[in-house]
This record gives sequence, C-alpha cells and structure tokens, in this order.
Amino acid sequence: MRKIFDFHGGIHPPENKHQSLGGPIRDAGIPPELVLPLSQHIGAPAKPVVAVGERVRKGQLIAAASGAVSVPLHAPTSGTIAALEDRLIAHPSGLCAPCIVITTDGRDEWIELEPTPDYRALAPQELLARIRNAGIAGMGGAGFPAAVKLSTRPGSSVATLIINGTECEPYITADDILMREQPDRIVEGVKILMHLLQPGEVLIGVEDNKPEAIAALSAAAAGCAIEVVSFPTKYPSGGEKQLIEILTGKQVPSGGLPLDVGVICQNVGSVAAIHDAVVLGRPLLSRITTVTGEAVREPGNFHVLLGTPMNYLLARAGYQPDRNRRLIMGGPMMGFTVPDARVPIVKTTNCLLAPSDAELPAPSPAQACIRCGLCAQACPASLLPQQLFWFAQAREFDKLERHNLFDCIECGACSWACPSAIPLVQYYRASKAEILELRREHARAEQSRARFEARQQRIEREEAAREARRAARKQAAQQRAQTEAGAGAGDEDPIQAAIDRARAKKAAQQAGSSDASGERDKLEKAVVTTRTRLDTASAKLQQARDEGSDLVEALQLGVDKTRAKLEAAERALQAFASPEGSAPQAGEPADAAAAAIARAQAARAQAVTMDPAEKARSQLEGLEQRLEKTRARLAQGRSSGEEEKIIVALEATLARLEQQVSATRDQLTAMERS
Amino acid sequence: MALLRVTSPHAHGPMSTPRVMQQVLLATVPGVIVLTHFFGFGVLVNIAWACVVALACEALALALRRRPVAFYLKDCSALVTATLLAIALPPYSPWWLIAVGTACAILLAKHLYGGLGYNPFNPAMVGYVILLISFPVQMTAWTPPRGLGELPGIVDALQACFWPARFDGTTMATPLDIVRQNSSLLLADLYARTPQFGRWAGLGWEWVNLAFLAGGAWLLYRRIFSWHAPVAMLASLSLFAAIFYDGGSSASGGSPLFHLLSGATMFGAFFIVTDPVTSAVSVRGRLVYGAMIGALVYIIRVRGNYPDAVAFAVLIMNFAAPFIDNYTQPRSYGHQGRREDS
Repeated sequence: MRKIFDFHGGIHPPENKHQSLGGPIRDAGIPPELVLPLSQHIGAPAKPVVAVGERVRKGQLIAAASGAVSVPLHAPTSGTIAALEDRLIAHPSGLCAPCIVITTDGRDEWIELEPTPDYRALAPQELLARIRNAGIAGMGGAGFPAAVKLSTRPGSSVATLIINGTECEPYITADDILMREQPDRIVEGVKILMHLLQPGEVLIGVEDNKPEAIAALSAAAAGCAIEVVSFPTKYPSGGEKQLIEILTGKQVPSGGLPLDVGVICQNVGSVAAIHDAVVLGRPLLSRITTVTGEAVREPGNFHVLLGTPMNYLLARAGYQPDRNRRLIMGGPMMGFTVPDARVPIVKTTNCLLAPSDAELPAPSPAQACIRCGLCAQACPASLLPQQLFWFAQAREFDKLERHNLFDCIECGACSWACPSAIPLVQYYRASKAEILELRREHARAEQSRARFEARQQRIEREEAAREARRAARKQAAQQRAQTEAGAGAGDEDPIQAAIDRARAKKAAQQAGSSDASGERDKLEKAVVTTRTRLDTASAKLQQARDEGSDLVEALQLGVDKTRAKLEAAERALQAFASPEGSAPQAGEPADAAAAAIARAQAARAQAVTMDPAEKARSQLEGLEQRLEKTRARLAQGRSSGEEEKIIVALEATLARLEQQVSATRDQLTAMERS
Repeated sequence: MALLRVTSPHAHGPMSTPRVMQQVLLATVPGVIVLTHFFGFGVLVNIAWACVVALACEALALALRRRPVAFYLKDCSALVTATLLAIALPPYSPWWLIAVGTACAILLAKHLYGGLGYNPFNPAMVGYVILLISFPVQMTAWTPPRGLGELPGIVDALQACFWPARFDGTTMATPLDIVRQNSSLLLADLYARTPQFGRWAGLGWEWVNLAFLAGGAWLLYRRIFSWHAPVAMLASLSLFAAIFYDGGSSASGGSPLFHLLSGATMFGAFFIVTDPVTSAVSVRGRLVYGAMIGALVYIIRVRGNYPDAVAFAVLIMNFAAPFIDNYTQPRSYGHQGRREDS
C-alpha cells in the first residue's frame, strides 16, 4: 500500500452522485444542428478552414489550431456548414463568440481514418502531433491543450505520471461512469502516455467513494506498471495541485508547473480520448456529460456530440424547465451558470446541473464576517480567506498579494463553509481581475516611460552629433580663413566674427545688392531659435541638477555655449539694425529699443528745425506712403479671400487715411497760399 | 423564463452565523446551571435583564445606523454578548450596573466600531472592565456560595436587581482574593482553615469551572472554534502557576489546579478567548494569542489588585491581535517556508 498524504483544508459537501449513476451511458443522438465554438480550450481560438455551404464528413478538420497553445476542431458528424457566425456560448459572462454551425444530415459518414494500433513504432514527436491534431483539450473542465501539457522540456524527466480520476466535485459522475464502463480505453491510453513520457511511476488516483471504478480500473490494469490509488473523499482533492500532494507529498511551487516537481497530470477522459486519437485515429468529437439535478426526471450520463445544444441534451433526460431557475455547467462548487439553455456542449462540459430551488437555494444575504476562521480551515491552499476578504473590501491590493491571493484556486470551499454566507470567491475573482488590470496598466506606463527616455536619449545623441558636425565645420572654416587671410585674422572670437559678417552684409545692402529685410528676418529667427534652445538646455540642466545626474557638467558647458551664441546672434541683429551699420562702440545705445528712441529723438530735433510747410509736406508724404501700402494690403487680402473682419478693418483704416491725407493736403495748400 | 446568473459556488454548507451564536449560548447552559446552584437566582436575573438591555441597545444602534433591525437582531450576537457579560458580573447586582455595562458593551465596544465583525475589543470584556473601574464596590461584592450562607430566593433576587435599596445581601472574599492576600499561612493550612476552599480550589468555583469546561468541550466537538487559543491559554496559565507554585508556601501564587479551576479561567478560555472577531486569525497566531493571555492572567492575578484577570488579559491581547496576525501568516500551498498544519 502506498503512503497517502493529506492536503490542508478541504470540505465534505453532500456528494449527490447516486442520482446520475442509475444506468449505463446513454447516447444523446444527433441533433439537427451543431454549434461548435472556435475556442473550447485555453489558448488561441482555432481558425476555420471550411466555407459556408461546404459539405463535411464526420471527423473532418473544420478549424485548424492557430499557434502553439491551441487545438483544432473537427466535424462531430456529417452535414453541411450552415454558418460561420457569433453565437451565445457557455461562458460565465454570457458572451457571444465565433462558432461553426453545422446542419447535420443524420448519415454520420466518417472520413477515412488512419488507425495506428502499433503506436510504439511512432516517434514521440509524431505521437504528440497526433494528440494535438486530434483536438484534445483537458476534459476535466479546464480545457488546457493535452499535447502542450505532455510536451516535456528537453532534459526534464517525468518521475510520476498521474491520471486524475478523482472527480471530487459533487453531482458529477462522467469520469466515474467512464472508468466503470470503459477501463480498457483508459488503460490503453495510459500505456500510450507511458511510451511517450517514460515516467518513473504511473498512478491513477480515484477517491474512495467510487469502489466500482477502482475495481474496474484495477482489473484492467492488472499486470502492467499502473497503480490504481484510492484515497479518502474530500473536496477538492481532484484539483491538480491537491492531487499531486495527496499522491506524492510534493507541492507544486507557487506560479510553477507540475513538471517542476517531476509530475504530469492528465484527466481520465483526456486519456481515453488520446487512446482513440492514436489507436483508432479518431479525433475528439464527443464526450461523456452528466445531466443531473432535481429538474431532470431521468438523470444520467450521456455520450454527446460536441456542439449539441444543451436544451437538446436536457430534453433527453426529461428536463422540467419550470422547476429549474439556474442551469449550471460543471458542478455546484466550481461550475458557472449559463445564460440560456440553447448554448452548446463543448469539450469541457463534464456536467449539466439543473437543480430545483429547494436543492440549491438562492444565496441568502451575506452577514458580517465574524472572522470565525472556518474558511481558513477549509482552504486547500492554506490561505487566510477572512483576511483576503477584509483586504478585498478595502481594496488593499498590496496586502492581497502578500497574502497570496493568486494562489487561490477558486474552489469555493471557503464560501461553502462561511457561516455568514459571504460570496468570498466572488470577491477574490474581482480583486484578481482588478490587480491584473493594474499590472497591465503599470506595464503600459513602464513601456511608455522607457519609450520616452529612449526618445530623449536619441534626441540628445542627435543634438550632440549635430553639435560635433557644426564644430567641425567651424574649425574647417577657421582654418580656411586662416590660410586665406594669413596669420593676422586668425584669433578673432565668434562674436566679433558675427558682427563682421553682419557689417559686411550691411555694407553689401547699402550698395543695393542685398535683400535687407530678408537678412533681418534671418537674423531675428536665429535669435529666437537660439533663445528657445537656451531655454530647453537650461531646463534640462535644472532637471539634471535636481536628479543629481552626472551629466550636469556637460549640460552646463552646453548651456554656456548656447548663451554665448545667443549673445552673438543678438549683437549681430543689433549691428544690422543700427542705422549707420556700424559696429557697437562705446556710447552707442545698447539695445534696439534705445536705438529706436535715439532715432526718434533725432528725427524730432530735426523736425523742430524744419519750417511748418516742410513738416506738413513730409507728413503728407508719409501718409501717402501708408495709404498706398494699406491699399495694396487690402487688394491682397481680397484676392486671397481673407477673413471678413480683417477686410472690414482694412477698409476702415483706408478711409481714415484718405481723410487724413486730404486734410493734410488742404492744410498744406492753405500754408502755401499764405 | 430567464435563467438565474450567480457565481460559484452554488452549494452552501449547513453552518450559519446565527447557528454559531445559538450554539455558543447553548454551551453556556451547564455553567449557568452550576453557577445558579451555588450562587442562587441572581445569576439568572442578571442574564435575563442583560439580554433585555442588549436587545434594546442593539435595536437602537441598528436603527440609528439605518440597518435592517430584524435581520441583524436575528444573528443573536447581542444575546451572546449580554449573556457572557452577565455571567461575569456578581449575582444580585443592581439593575443600573447591568444596564450600564451592557449598554457600554453593545454601543461603545461594538457599534461605535461598525458592529458585528468590526470591533477590535471583546464587547463583554469592555463592559466588564468599564464597570470594574467605575464601580469597584459593587463589582467585587460576591455572595458566599451555597454551603457558606443562606442563598436569597427568587423574590429576593428580583428585589436585589430592581430595588437594590431594599436588598440586604452578604458578601465574602473570593478564593482568588484570599490566596493573593495571604502572607502568613502555608497553602495547605489556608485550604484547611478557610471555609471558602473546596477540594481543589474555591468552594463552588471548581464546579463552575468544570461546567464551563464541559460546555467548551462540546463547542470544540461541534467545531464551532478550534482548540488552539483555549488550550494555549490553559497551558501557559498552568505553566506559570507551576513555575511559581514553590510547593505551597505562604508566598505561593497557588497551584496550577487552583488557577485552572478558579475565577473565570474556564469561562474565559472557552467563551471569551475564543471570540473570533477579536482574536488572532491563523492557527499559529491563535496559539500565541492564547498563550499570552494565559501568562497575563497569571501575572495580573498574582501581582495585580483586581479580583480576576481574564478581562484585562483579553483586552490587552485584543490590542496585540493584528500585530500577531502580521507575523503568523501561514505558509500557503507551493510557497517556501515553514509548513503549518492544523
């Protein structure tokens, strides 16, 4: 006898399994329409490979696996593809999802199958490919692709292969009846896995409330290295992690895989399907589903085609809709309610539970948590559900994570035990979803921060490269200047050089050869851009100082350089703007405004010396010039379709100027007359 | 008809909070019977009057807080608080003493903190300590047990409660007081000479404690609470008593058996320390919590000035419970570290 280990916690809910064990497996038959969701497993949905109107035969591939963690889908019977569309599926949220709809023809015509009774001749990779191509996803309820679970990493060896026949959830008997009626299929399937994985030992774990199944399996496994192990009934001993602990005493590390402790687990239903896939060449087309609950007259187990609408199956068991207010896919502990009885049976539908109200009464209102600790005594993951509840209510996510919320397997034992009827699992699900969303947001923020920093660095790099090119050009120019002008002109500073350039330009302009206003614009632009650059550089320097970055010195150097450049540009502009076009000298007004004032004063002084007639004449001249300009502007505005109010304003200005011109002219004639 | 949409699990166990509370009430019955046997009907009058006041206060607080009154009254938690407080009070206490204590327990200790489940301190013990500090004379007036004097009848008991001026009772020092104040006699002599002592501890008290032990054992059997906190408390109290027993000299603090069967030891261990709301939550946490209470009970009994120590010890450890929780989180499945089995 092997040593059996115990796991922490667990509960003993009423089993309610006898109701559905009254008779053998019944065949549910072929419904007129099959609805096959593309996603009946964990992973990427399958991709349809058939078109609407196409005739398909039983076993024909209708959707191919897309990606490593995905499984294909096959036509469960012969018929015609009626639609590829979104249909309501069995999902806790009542989602619609893409489905392939087949109108069956009742003929049940098979494709050519490729049986391989001698699977030992196949290479492991070939075996895995067959399991994968048969579309087998974990049939215990989770729906993880079987082939993915069976692919061991190179170098890792499987010490223990565990076949899960526990079926600890109340009401469900699909695995039990399979083990009773078809133990040979299971044992043959296990032998295939033994050939594939070469495990150190093989254990089939069955709870001790299924003596018939244990006897049947033991008889079928007699003479081979497969041990059927029974252990005390306790929910949730069929959880993968719990079963591993029961049979091996080892715990799967948090966040790890069973393979980390040298274990691979498969459900008995999946193993039987693997047998069919390899030995008979048949893909996964049907499963055994328990239909039970007080709202069905003849509860039992059915051999049912995938895609069969639930109401079709329920009708076979004598469903009484008026007695049933919630329809549960799965068991009473972990199953979920389906939104509508028309949703299809999928690969993971191990049970349809149609309870009466008296059987599973509606949840009573939650009372206060008195921290009695019954939940902690029930928790199979050794968590503190009452503390998790407390933190979940307060949305203290860090504390939730520190109390290992993510090790919760949502088995529902805590909620079952809670005397205050608090829906604990619901709080944990909601908190998990919120934490995952926060993590995603955090990851997004991290990514954009990294992107921003990379961009900043790139800009700085480019700036530095430009600076280097500029410096190189300048040096080259200086060298050229030196070689051209000899040693004398060699060591002038950039400011003086700029002034000289401006002066030269001015001279050229005075000679009438240059476009003065264009040059002025250019200089002004240079001042503006240099100032902006100085501002950014100073900001960056400040930031670097605040952060204590070691770039401070380099940045300081850059800022100094830019400031010098700004000064140069300003002086150049000023030099250009000064009326004499002379270089700034001692006593000369320092800035443009002062220069303008000085000019205005000079003009006034001159005006005082003028006689009134002359003054009026010059005034008239000025006015006429402005008038001319305004007219031109107005014409331009009209032709280019300028805004209405600008045109109106220009017209007003024009009228005023005309008035002034005529007034001044009158004045002048009067003066000249006198 | 639209199908109901609810999340799993769909099944629920048989236990409910009102049932937990009712079973705790039921478990006090043996203790109350023995108390009544030794101290008379005053015990029952205490309990009845405290329950009336507690229900009134609870209803008032719930109404003020705009909670469904009937729904929360049905959880029976107010009755448990009232019963536990009334058991701790001296029999034949005046009505106002009981009313003040119960009102403080329900209104101050429970509803001011948010009601059932949110109170950091044991409400019954808060009520008891407030009374003990405010009205020490009334709170230390224990009638002599059956065998040491005439027990008042039921009419006298009602009069003592509701017309205290016309009640003329006798009081007597409790065995715990006698042992603490003893400085001249060996314990064996003290037992022989003082009529308040019985076979192992105080006359009557030893049976009261055994009755509460029986009630607690039944609760354990019913899995209303786990054994960890009460057993840890009794063990550490015995350990301290054994260490300082010194063979029963005149300076002895009393034998372990004396401490286990005196005062409120068993009542405290199974009905006060086990209050889940105010205790530590994990298995290891409850061991630490119970052991610390046991140690404090011994220290306060022997070195303190109050008749008993359970209330103070429990309140002090109520403070410490969140701290203990922080350091005694169990190792979850698949995590490294200490394995914790219950």
